[in-house]
Amino acid sequence: MDRSFTIRLIIVITALIFSVRLFYIQILDEDYKIAAENNVVQKTIEYPYRGLVYDSKDSLIIFNSPVYDLMVVPKEAEVNDTARFCAMLGITEEVFLERFKKAKGFSSILASKFQEQLSDTVFAKVQDQLINYPGFYVLPRTVRSYNTESMANILGYVGEVSRRFLNRDTTRYYKQGDYIGIGGIEKEYESNLRGRRGISYKVVDVQGIIKDEYRDGEFDTIPEAGEDIHLTIDLELQQYAERLMEDKVGSVVAIEPKTGRILALVSAPSYDPQLLSGKNLSRFFGELESNEDKPLFNRPLQARYPPGSMFKTIQGVIAMHEGVVSADEIITTDGSNIGDLAPPGKYWMEKAIQKSSNNYFYLIMKRVVEQKVKESKYLDSRIGYEKWRNHVMEFGLGRKLGIDLPNEINGNVPSIEWYDRQYGVERWKYSNIASLSIGQGELLVSPLQMANLAAILANRGYFITPHVVERIENWPNPNISKEILPFDPSLYEVVLNGMQKVVEAGSGRRGYLDTLKLAGKTSTVQNPHGEDHSGFMGFAPLDDPKIAVAAYVENAGQGGRAAVSVASLIAEQFIFGDISRKWLEDYVIEERYLPENAPRLTIAEN
Amino acid sequence: MRQDSLSQKIDWITVLLFGLLVISGWLNIYAAEYDPDLNQSIFDFSTSAGKQFVWVCMSLLIIIVLFFFDHSFFDSFSYIIYGVVLALLLFVLIGGKEVAGSKSWIGIGGFGLQPSEFAKFATALALAKFLSDANRKLENLKDLLISFAIIITPMMLTILQGDTGTALVFGSLTLAMFREGMPANILAIAFSVVLVFLMTLLVSQTVLLVVIAIGVLLGIGLTARNPKKLVYVIVVGIVVTLAVRSVDFILTDVLKAHQQKRVLSLVNPNADPLGIGWNVTQSKIAIGSGGFIGKGFLGGTQTKFDFVPAQSTDFIFCTIGEEQGWVGSVLLLVVFSALLLRITYLAERQKSAFGRIYGYGVLGIIFFHFAVNIAMTIGLFPVIGIPLPFFSYGGSSLWAFTILLFTFLRLDANRMQVLQRF
Repeated sequence: MDRSFTIRLIIVITALIFSVRLFYIQILDEDYKIAAENNVVQKTIEYPYRGLVYDSKDSLIIFNSPVYDLMVVPKEAEVNDTARFCAMLGITEEVFLERFKKAKGFSSILASKFQEQLSDTVFAKVQDQLINYPGFYVLPRTVRSYNTESMANILGYVGEVSRRFLNRDTTRYYKQGDYIGIGGIEKEYESNLRGRRGISYKVVDVQGIIKDEYRDGEFDTIPEAGEDIHLTIDLELQQYAERLMEDKVGSVVAIEPKTGRILALVSAPSYDPQLLSGKNLSRFFGELESNEDKPLFNRPLQARYPPGSMFKTIQGVIAMHEGVVSADEIITTDGSNIGDLAPPGKYWMEKAIQKSSNNYFYLIMKRVVEQKVKESKYLDSRIGYEKWRNHVMEFGLGRKLGIDLPNEINGNVPSIEWYDRQYGVERWKYSNIASLSIGQGELLVSPLQMANLAAILANRGYFITPHVVERIENWPNPNISKEILPFDPSLYEVVLNGMQKVVEAGSGRRGYLDTLKLAGKTSTVQNPHGEDHSGFMGFAPLDDPKIAVAAYVENAGQGGRAAVSVASLIAEQFIFGDISRKWLEDYVIEERYLPENAPRLTIAEN
Repeated sequence: MRQDSLSQKIDWITVLLFGLLVISGWLNIYAAEYDPDLNQSIFDFSTSAGKQFVWVCMSLLIIIVLFFFDHSFFDSFSYIIYGVVLALLLFVLIGGKEVAGSKSWIGIGGFGLQPSEFAKFATALALAKFLSDANRKLENLKDLLISFAIIITPMMLTILQGDTGTALVFGSLTLAMFREGMPANILAIAFSVVLVFLMTLLVSQTVLLVVIAIGVLLGIGLTARNPKKLVYVIVVGIVVTLAVRSVDFILTDVLKAHQQKRVLSLVNPNADPLGIGWNVTQSKIAIGSGGFIGKGFLGGTQTKFDFVPAQSTDFIFCTIGEEQGWVGSVLLLVVFSALLLRITYLAERQKSAFGRIYGYGVLGIIFFHFAVNIAMTIGLFPVIGIPLPFFSYGGSSLWAFTILLFTFLRLDANRMQVLQRF
């Protein structure tokens, strides 16, 4: 074969092999195109502004305020005078070197956080001098800020999403390092407040530096700001209630009966919400969590107390409904059935409530439980108790009311099964459970449930789901329903008259104000661990209720002292916008019922 | 008058192909390093494209100067040029500048020159001079050995500089020797050794040895009656077996660490995707993402955002692959093939043996660069850092190829005079 021809053949064959190979990698194999996009297209998440929060009078409660993180690009960084630089930031040179090393370990060409949330004074200094330090720049972002030091238990806080949550999250919306609402409305309304993240696709070079928009932003989505939330809480009333509860342990819940709107929700002691915002979170969370007074414990929803004498109002309605007693039937008590502060004698419904006669309610509950439908006392009690228990739960006890805040408890109205386990099946009768008749025993309620009970009584037989959020943007809160109790409205009147007399001339006299027309019932909640808890629930005014309040003050003794005073002042403040009884206010404020050696947390230290 | 006759005698087709390659090379250098943020002009001298423009202008000057030389100059001065270049190579070893691990640069004033680039030209001349003597016969062992010595001397000096890639190019001059009648068996054996070597990396040695044994037995069976061919088959069998057995030795003891990795990454680029395999992988990604018609001039992302290393020099083909797609790539292959075929045609029409052999030397060098450079960017050959002729960024490389090609055109322009003289 001619060698010249062979050589030409080799040239042509080589070119052909290349063409075929190029055809394969450029046209047939799609992997290279995908790999090329993966190389250069970088997805950047743009975070939206979190929704704002307003109180019922449209004053701003939570807003986003910019904070400035000092960023560094190690490769470009030049610090000629380290001592001066450190002095500007208020750090030592060791810290400087350590942070620089950490940043370099992350990447020498990408920016990383050098100092988080510069304080205002440092930021002002840095802003002026930064020009002398190439490679350092300030990056703004936002953290939650508060116009008030109160309401921490309602508002909750925002923090980095936990690994545990990420593992359970099925929506896969969150990624590590994202912020999420924790506690309070921040958690409950997270999906409204968080807004929608934007995603932008950028073309980057081999070092990850942004060069251009990918396809002119065709696939980008713009971040959508979170929805604003308007609370039912009246900030002024809330702050007043918190002031009254200063240096006490307990709860206050105020509800507008006709609407279920919560006007104030106090958990004492509390903390400044600012303590858990931004970089404060890591600084103070441990301290708050381990504090003996449990400031993170949202008492109105989470604390369990026996209802005590407040429960007598329910007993009255149930007994009359069951027809075992009439309002004016006179029952003579001899004080032999149960311990009693009310003297033996003649009682009828109104008087029994006013005087809080334990023996009267012992007897009428006995009639409800023992309706003589069965021969056996044991079987008969089961049937009667079950009926009674269902009625109690109709008053919103032993179950969640569906408030739009996290961690609401059920409370406890013991079930038949529970007593069966305690005593054995058909081994218990009324005498075993009789302490329930005066709201003691295994019965447990939350302050929220008592406030809701006050609302039911005020409304003469119905309630609206208690809630703290009025509107989301301009849409009314959708999770509210009305629940009507199956009792004749007329049955309430006699109970309410008794409640009015409690305040007018009974155990709640300290809270009496003629113009206020407060009706209520005090409780002295037996506390085996120390001084009794003071409790009160009631509403005002009697004929046109505007506010229902429940208050528990721990270790404050009789209900007729601290609790009724707090509730009465709050009702007066809400209805009249002013306090006429300075002496009562001073009395409440001066009372301190905190355990003596409990470490005090200084609020608003920051 | 002399100018007119000369312009008539120049092979304008080759000049045209040369022009096409140089201009598209220059445009692609601009595209390879184009930064949309900076939006620099193609004439901006701080960029590679701007500098390449200067190199191109200077190479035009070189062409004009070349045509002032008498055509007989190259014939007469072949050995002297060869000698001077060898001296320069030696000088570089002693006093050269080290750039990127290779001690192959001479600094002249502000910029550097690589003598090894020009050594190719000188060696082609010397080989042509030696073989053009009417008494030489490549079947003759002595002449064969001297020819190899001419090639191997500059090759060794270049290897000593640490520039193995360029050193391999000298081997391409065997193409001219092949044309001049060197026994084909030598090329066949060399080729099978390289092939088997590469195969060994892909297939297990045992399998390969069994296949070789079967091949040799078949060969023996077929050639049993012809003792001469039988010997040949047995020799090939032994050499190939040795090649297989030597792979481990060569890989671990002869090749430097970075060369080993280059060879291994050819077989499996994913073994070390961020190390040496990166080059090959990114190069293929850039070319592969071009698709049928490419992303358009300056529309590439992989090359200009530095995913492909050495994107304006050794991997310049990636820019064409990415921005001009399959159509553009094949067009480039066509232009190169046309140039190569044209050179073969011109070489064959030379009246003097010197002209013809030098022509094939030029062909061998350009073909080797072209084939190896493109093969490495598309993952068919280990990454050997040699430029794409006329295309890659760099003054030394462009001038060396210009001198190489236009010396041949100068000889071609006077091919008739050579005849007249005899």
